[in-house]
Amino acid sequence: MARALRLLSRTVVRLRPLPVQGPTRGFSASVQEPFHVCVVGSGPAGFYTADRMLKGHEGAQVDIIDRLPTPFGLVRSGVAPDHPETKIVVNQFSRVAANGRCSFFGNVTLGRDVSLSELRETYHAVVLAYGAESDRSLGIPGEDLKGIHSAREFVWWYNGHPDMCDLSPDLKNTQSAVVLGQGNVALDVARILLRCKTELATTDIADYALDALCGSTIRKVYLVGRRGPVQAACTAKELREILGLKNVRVCIKEADLATSPADEEEMRSSRIQRRVYELLSKAASAHRDNSCNDQKELHFVFFRRPTRFTPSENGSTVGAVELEKTALKVDEVTRKQVAVGTGEFEDLKCGLVLKSIGYKSLPVQGLPFDKIRGVVPNLRGRVMSSESETATVETGLYVVGWLKRGPTGIVATNLHCAEETVASILEDDRKGVLRAPSDSKKHGRTGLVEILEQKNVHFVPFSGWEKIDSKEKMAGQLRNKPREKITTWDGLQKAANE
Amino acid sequence: MFSRISQLGARLLREAKAETRAGNLLSSRGSLYQGHVSQHLTPVVTPTVQSSRNVLFSTATSGDKDESSQEKEKISVTFVNKDGSEKTISVPIGMSMLEAAHENDIELEGACEGSLACSTCHVIVMDVNDYNKLEDPTDEENDMLDLAFGLTETSRLGCQVIAKPELDGMRLALPAATRNFAVDGYVPKPH
Repeated sequence: MARALRLLSRTVVRLRPLPVQGPTRGFSASVQEPFHVCVVGSGPAGFYTADRMLKGHEGAQVDIIDRLPTPFGLVRSGVAPDHPETKIVVNQFSRVAANGRCSFFGNVTLGRDVSLSELRETYHAVVLAYGAESDRSLGIPGEDLKGIHSAREFVWWYNGHPDMCDLSPDLKNTQSAVVLGQGNVALDVARILLRCKTELATTDIADYALDALCGSTIRKVYLVGRRGPVQAACTAKELREILGLKNVRVCIKEADLATSPADEEEMRSSRIQRRVYELLSKAASAHRDNSCNDQKELHFVFFRRPTRFTPSENGSTVGAVELEKTALKVDEVTRKQVAVGTGEFEDLKCGLVLKSIGYKSLPVQGLPFDKIRGVVPNLRGRVMSSESETATVETGLYVVGWLKRGPTGIVATNLHCAEETVASILEDDRKGVLRAPSDSKKHGRTGLVEILEQKNVHFVPFSGWEKIDSKEKMAGQLRNKPREKITTWDGLQKAANE
Repeated sequence: MFSRISQLGARLLREAKAETRAGNLLSSRGSLYQGHVSQHLTPVVTPTVQSSRNVLFSTATSGDKDESSQEKEKISVTFVNKDGSEKTISVPIGMSMLEAAHENDIELEGACEGSLACSTCHVIVMDVNDYNKLEDPTDEENDMLDLAFGLTETSRLGCQVIAKPELDGMRLALPAATRNFAVDGYVPKPH
C-alpha cells in the first residue's frame, strides 16, 4: 500500500511535461521539420536511445520497431522471473512510449517485413538496437546431442518467449545438470533449477516452465568455469543470491581458492573481482560442515574446460561432459590470465547441459558486420563500412547496445551506450549531414506505415501491447502472480487485437 | 502528510527487508549465517529506527508530533550536473536524494525506483566529511556500486542517501559517464 502510493506519487511527478528547452541555436529549420528516427529493437538499448533522442532534439519523431508483438526485449525475455526489481525499468520505458513523438511498431521484422535499405530511405537516422539473438558455440564433438541447450534458449523458455515455448527440456530423467560458464546468465539458470518451486510460483515465470520445474528430478547443478574463483564472470549481487538459496548446499573445493601473485594483482585492480572472490571463499568455509540429506547441491567447478560430450546408454541423449583440467597462464600480448589445458581429463555425468558461454549477434542484409567479434563496426555508434582503417561512415546508420559493443553488461550499461550513440546522431544532425535541404523523400512514420500496408504486415502498436499487458496481469491475479505471460505468437497477436 | 508517512513507511520496510536479507546471506562484515550479523547492520539513522518492524507503527501513531515538526525541516542540497552546472534544492528530512532529484527535475536516473536493483542513481558525495556522516553502505548497495560508472571513493546510490540535518549544504555530483566510457574493458576503481 505504502509502496503503491509512493510509486503513484512518483508517476504523477514524472508525468509533468518535460521542461521546454530554449530555442535551439544553429538549426532553426529543424524545429519545424520533423527529424525522423527509427530505432530497431525495443530492449533497454532501444528505449534508452529513444528517450535520449526525444530529450535531445525537440523535433525528433522516434519510431521503435520490434519483431515481437511485445516491447522491452530482454527485460521481458531475459531478466529472471525472480528478479522483479530489475523489471521496474519498464515503467520508465512505458513513459517514453507514451510520448506523443514516439511510436511503437511491434510484430515488424527487419529483413523480412522491411529491409534495411527501405528504412534508410524512409528515415533520417536508423539506429540498430536488435541485440544478440543467437549463441556462441563451443565447437566440440557431441554438441548436437539431445539434452544440450544454450542458456539463452532455456532462459527464453522459462520466460515465455514465443520462439522457445516448445523447447520442453527434459528435467525428469537425470539428477545432474551441468552449466558451462560462470557469468550472471549461468547463475540465473542454475538458480532457477535449484530454487524452491513455491518461491517461483509467485513470479511471472511461464506456466509450462513452472510445471516442468516442479516435476524436475535435478538435485545437483555444476557450474563449470575455465578459470578460477578470481576470474568468475558473475557479479556479487547474483552470487550472493545463489549462495543464500534455501536448502541448497554449496560445494567449492578449498584447493581452488588458492591464489597466485597474478590473481592478487587482478583483485587489487578490480573491486568486483575482489568482492566475488571473498563471497566464494566465505561460502566454501561456511558450507563445509553442514550436510543434510534432502538438500540440493550447487557445485562450483573451477579450472575445467569442456572438450566433448558423450552420449548416455540410449545413444542420442547427453550422458556426460568430458572436462580437461586447466591452469592459468599470463598471455604475452594481453597480459591477462588465460586458461590452458593440462592434458588431464575427467568425465562429469549429467543428463542436461546448459551452455552459458555468450550470446551472439546476427547480421542483416546490407549491414557491415564484424564476424569475428560478432558486432557491427562502429565509431561511437556511427556504423562504419568495415572494420578496416580505410572504412567510411555509413551516413544515417547507427548502432547501440549489444550489437554495438558485444553481449555484456547490465541494463544500465545501455544508458551510457545510448547516450554516446545519440550524441553522435545529434552532432551529425548539427553538421547538416543527415537532412539535406532538398531532401523531401524521407517521410518517417507515414513512409513506414505505407511500406507495411503494401506488404500486408499487421503491426502491433503500443496500445496493442497494453491490451496484452492487462490481459496478462488479470490472468496473473488469479494465480497470485504479477502476470501470466502469453507465450505463443497466435496468443499474443490475438490479445493485441482484442 | 499521509503520503509523507507512507513514504517513510516504505523506506523502513525496505530497510527491514534489506536487513533480513543481509542477515540471511553472507555478509562481508560478520561471520556467516548467524542471526547476530544483523546487529552490525542496524542503521543508526534516528533513534526511532531500530531494525524492528513495529517501528513502522510507532512512527505512524505516536510519532505524530515529531512528524509535524520534522516536516517543516528541510536541508539544502546542491546537485552538480554532468556539464558542471549546479542546482540547489531543499530536501525534507527523511527523503532520499533520488526522490528529491526527481521532484526537482534533476536528471538522475532511477531505473529500479529505489529497490536496490540497479546503479543508475549513482551520485558522488563531493565532500568527504559529508560522506563520513552517512551510514556505511550495505552489502546490497555495494553490490550495485560495483557496477556503477565512474565509481569513486565517495560514491553512493542516491536512493540510499537520506536527508538528515547534519547533511545540510551537501554537494552531490552526477558522474560524467561519457568521460569514463569504456564498457567492455571497464574496471571500477578499488573502493
